Amino acid sequence: MLRKLFLAAIAAAVLGVAAFWFLTIAQTVPESAIAAHTPDLANGKTMFQVGGCASCHATPKQEDRTRLGGGAPLLSPFGTFYPSNISPDPQDGIGNWTEAQFVTALHKGTSPRGTHYYPAFPYTSYQRLTVADTQDLFAYLKTLPPVSGRVRSHDLPFPFNIRRLLGGWKLLFLDGAPFVPDPAQSAQWNRGAYLVNGPGHCAECHSPRNALGAIERGMRFTGGPAPDGQGGVPNITQFKLKDWSLADIADVLNTGMTPDADSVGGSMVDVVRNTSQLSKADREAMAVYIKSLPAVEGHAPKKNP
Amino acid sequence: MELVFVCYRFGWNQKGTFMKLMRIAVAAVALVALGATAVVAQQDPIAARKAMMKANGQAAGALAKMVKGEAAFDLATAKKSFATFEDAAAKMPALFPDNSKSGGETAATPKVWEDMADFKAKFVKFGEDAKAADASVKDLDSLKAAMGTLGKDCGGCHELYRVKKS
Repeated sequence: MLRKLFLAAIAAAVLGVAAFWFLTIAQTVPESAIAAHTPDLANGKTMFQVGGCASCHATPKQEDRTRLGGGAPLLSPFGTFYPSNISPDPQDGIGNWTEAQFVTALHKGTSPRGTHYYPAFPYTSYQRLTVADTQDLFAYLKTLPPVSGRVRSHDLPFPFNIRRLLGGWKLLFLDGAPFVPDPAQSAQWNRGAYLVNGPGHCAECHSPRNALGAIERGMRFTGGPAPDGQGGVPNITQFKLKDWSLADIADVLNTGMTPDADSVGGSMVDVVRNTSQLSKADREAMAVYIKSLPAVEGHAPKKNP
Repeated sequence: MELVFVCYRFGWNQKGTFMKLMRIAVAAVALVALGATAVVAQQDPIAARKAMMKANGQAAGALAKMVKGEAAFDLATAKKSFATFEDAAAKMPALFPDNSKSGGETAATPKVWEDMADFKAKFVKFGEDAKAADASVKDLDSLKAAMGTLGKDCGGCHELYRVKKS
């Protein structure tokens, strides 16, 4: 009897491990799913700018934002991430990647070696990019100067250093859905919704996160503590931006100046370095979408000591 | 009543003398107020630098209104704003003594004290850019150009050295 129970327990454990292994396999986009596409480099550059790639991947301590050697530490409550080299260097960057591998990285959060990326790389937003926009971005990145040098590995404590666990995280928080335009809204609103939720990944900082580091349901855009623990990121729903006109929102993305003539600070300064490069039409579209976000009160800001 | 009586007794009943006295009194009050401001800055540098940044914001707001077309271009107003910036650039660096790292709901980040040389250099550049704007701005177009530079100064400093709680 005891022996039977023991065997059953072992069988259950083996099954459990097998199920975990199976469920946490990193997903990929097959080559066959990528249609032939003539890249639009100007659009790729727009995706690069709205996507803010340089903000994390640019080589630190130099001015050229097209040198994407990576390595600038990204602080988080889970540890310190070191964004990778995404320059077209064939050894250390993405020079030898295929289009499918690049789309896989952005849409599935999976590396060419088949391992999970951490969601500090905001694929929860980038998964909304159309395949064509992703291909354009890839083509644009390939035109930038190659930078040699591999970036050191992330500095994460146990258990966050076990990448396999991210497979479970993705089951919970990566829905795999593309951006779907809302036919009831204008083309401008839809363009804004795409830019804000897809490449712009605004919600990644402007939302509170749960204990597992995922954006809290129903609290998108209501602000939260800054990921690096320094102060807070403001609510950008109509709860906070009620008095902001469309022009005010478009302006802050262009000049960094709020309607009460404060200049934005922290990592938003670098966001403005990106968004100020966009077309006026794209900034206005983002403003139209942001202005439409229903008022939701965020959590009370946590006091930093 | 008593004052009038005293004045009368001491022969200060003539209008001219009384006005002179009033002027001295006003000057004295102004001097004390000025001194008090300096003392406040010394005793409470956090409050002083916050007030100064607020004045900067108002000065920038006046310029932003013109750039956005919400107000007509006015050279005198613009020059007043540049003077406010120059004044702040000159005085701000002294308002971050070691004992003012926290308290008073300061928005200054610890980086201010970790890299004081860079922090101060940013104010020097801000002051120089404000001075250059004062010389170059003649009309709306030149104001727009100057605002591009000054706005980057604001952002460049806030990026590292200011943190907002919400």
